[in-house]
Amino acid sequence: MPAENSISENQRETPVYNFAYLDEQTKRMLRRAILKAVAVPGCQVPFGGREMPMPYGWGTGGIQVSAAIMGKNDVLKVIDQGSDDTTNAVSIRSFFKRVAGIPVTTSTREATIIQTRHRIPEHPLREGQIIVYQVPVPEPLRWMEPSEKETRTMHALEEYGVMHVKLYEDIARHGEIAASYDYPVMVGGRYVMSPSPLPKFDNPRMHQSPALQLFGAGREKRVYAVPPYTDVRSLDFEDHPFSVQRWDKPCEICGSTDTYLDEIIADDKGTRLYVCSDTDHCAARLASKENRQGGSDG
Amino acid sequence: MAEPAAIGFSVPPAGRGMRDAKAPPPADGSEPFLDCGLLHVEGVTKYYGGRVGCEDVSFDLWPGEVLAVVGESGSGKSTLLNLVSGRMAPTSGRVRYRESSGALCDVHKLPEASRRRLLRTEWGYVHQNPRDGLRMRVSAGGNIGERLMACGNRHYGNIRKAGVSWLGKVEIDADRIDDMPVSYSGGMQQRLQIARNLVSAPRLVFMDEPTGGLDVSVQARLLDLIRTLVREMGLSVVLVTHDLAVARLLAHRLMVMRRGVVVEAGLADQVLDDPRHEYTQLLVSSVLQG
Repeated sequence: MPAENSISENQRETPVYNFAYLDEQTKRMLRRAILKAVAVPGCQVPFGGREMPMPYGWGTGGIQVSAAIMGKNDVLKVIDQGSDDTTNAVSIRSFFKRVAGIPVTTSTREATIIQTRHRIPEHPLREGQIIVYQVPVPEPLRWMEPSEKETRTMHALEEYGVMHVKLYEDIARHGEIAASYDYPVMVGGRYVMSPSPLPKFDNPRMHQSPALQLFGAGREKRVYAVPPYTDVRSLDFEDHPFSVQRWDKPCEICGSTDTYLDEIIADDKGTRLYVCSDTDHCAARLASKENRQGGSDG
Repeated sequence: MAEPAAIGFSVPPAGRGMRDAKAPPPADGSEPFLDCGLLHVEGVTKYYGGRVGCEDVSFDLWPGEVLAVVGESGSGKSTLLNLVSGRMAPTSGRVRYRESSGALCDVHKLPEASRRRLLRTEWGYVHQNPRDGLRMRVSAGGNIGERLMACGNRHYGNIRKAGVSWLGKVEIDADRIDDMPVSYSGGMQQRLQIARNLVSAPRLVFMDEPTGGLDVSVQARLLDLIRTLVREMGLSVVLVTHDLAVARLLAHRLMVMRRGVVVEAGLADQVLDDPRHEYTQLLVSSVLQG
């Protein structure tokens, strides 16, 4: 091939894909679905999901949404359970680095697109940022109603009584609303939406968030969205109001008391550690603490 | 009960005039009370392709009245119930219902949202198989509370209280409130289904063979319960049954259907004790005595 000399090292070892893997027609189709989703906050919009080079459940929905909105100037951060260094996060990050050639980061501040599974970063998001959620089960009514036709009708007619039946069951059985993740929310006072595997700790962060929030479900081929500054209310009862998790101990690494902590089993004797699930935030806090200590010492 | 079947049909008793299903109610027999009737069914017909589901059925239902539709299997009873309750669209004819606001609405012309709202507030529907009417993976309390929550009740304590109170009314121990319906016996499931329907204080309840598939002694208890609740709450009921004993016990008025057509209608006791149509006579005389 005569043009071979002009191909970069990176492209030579991988087949030449379109920017961000998906072809332009697919991206257009996805963008149309995303625009519709943004226009009707919380409403699930179907799209023609493509096969991605990874299994369902690994974030195929999130990847397709990220690929559709990605531009050459974007900076990507990917987290899994809040962490930047888990397998899933690392592989998705390197995937986009390779097929889109855009800069990647672990810093919440620097990123323009944050693809996530399970967490919203501790550092507050700002205007202009887009957070992309990987969603396994987009339908909040599915637990109560197996029929897709029926759940669509229920969404259309705003019949959300059964969502409270689910919460009622929790209180009856556990004395409190025991759902700790995938806690249903009402978006913009109209659609009940599943925030997916997000811990309910993060639910209040979705409310009036300055960032655009996009949700992609690859297996079910649905996208939905929460535009910036939209009301997101967690469902609850008057006498059992919504509340988030609290921990008795601070993070063992950075000493933070206001973040979401993961429990880690440290040895065979059952020793448990509680550490921040957001590794970027934890590291940044630790660094600033050491700086301060270093400053006072010297 | 068997004797009238043998002799009654040649000489219609005076003042009956109830053979025609379109006939006005027994109360005064002159004017149809269109201003206070609860449900007006006019010429409702349903064809399944070339087959007749039910044909040209008309009746009016008054507040507090229990109307039983009896007939053998395949006579169009359940089709009629589905048409009248708005769950199926008729080929022709119309069903009008007087809402609690006093307005008369055409059930099949209502927008879907309003029809579904009616079904979960002012109406109840008791299925023959409680599994169709209950959420089997939700506790008894949740089943009873669902309608309240669908109507916007967001206070757990109150919903719970209503659950306990309704379990008491249908004679289920209050400590079973957190049990799943699968752990209930058939009769208890049916009573739970009734409680679940009545918790929103409906005005009109449709019952499709509510005692079907139950043991005779359980049936008797359930019938007793339904009769008490209907009287206490002033419910109007359209009851479909093939069991004449059930009809006799619960119903004020009776419609006998055969091959999709109403062959006889009238006061329950009159129709049962003194059937005029030969098919009704056959039906009445075929009841096991003992």
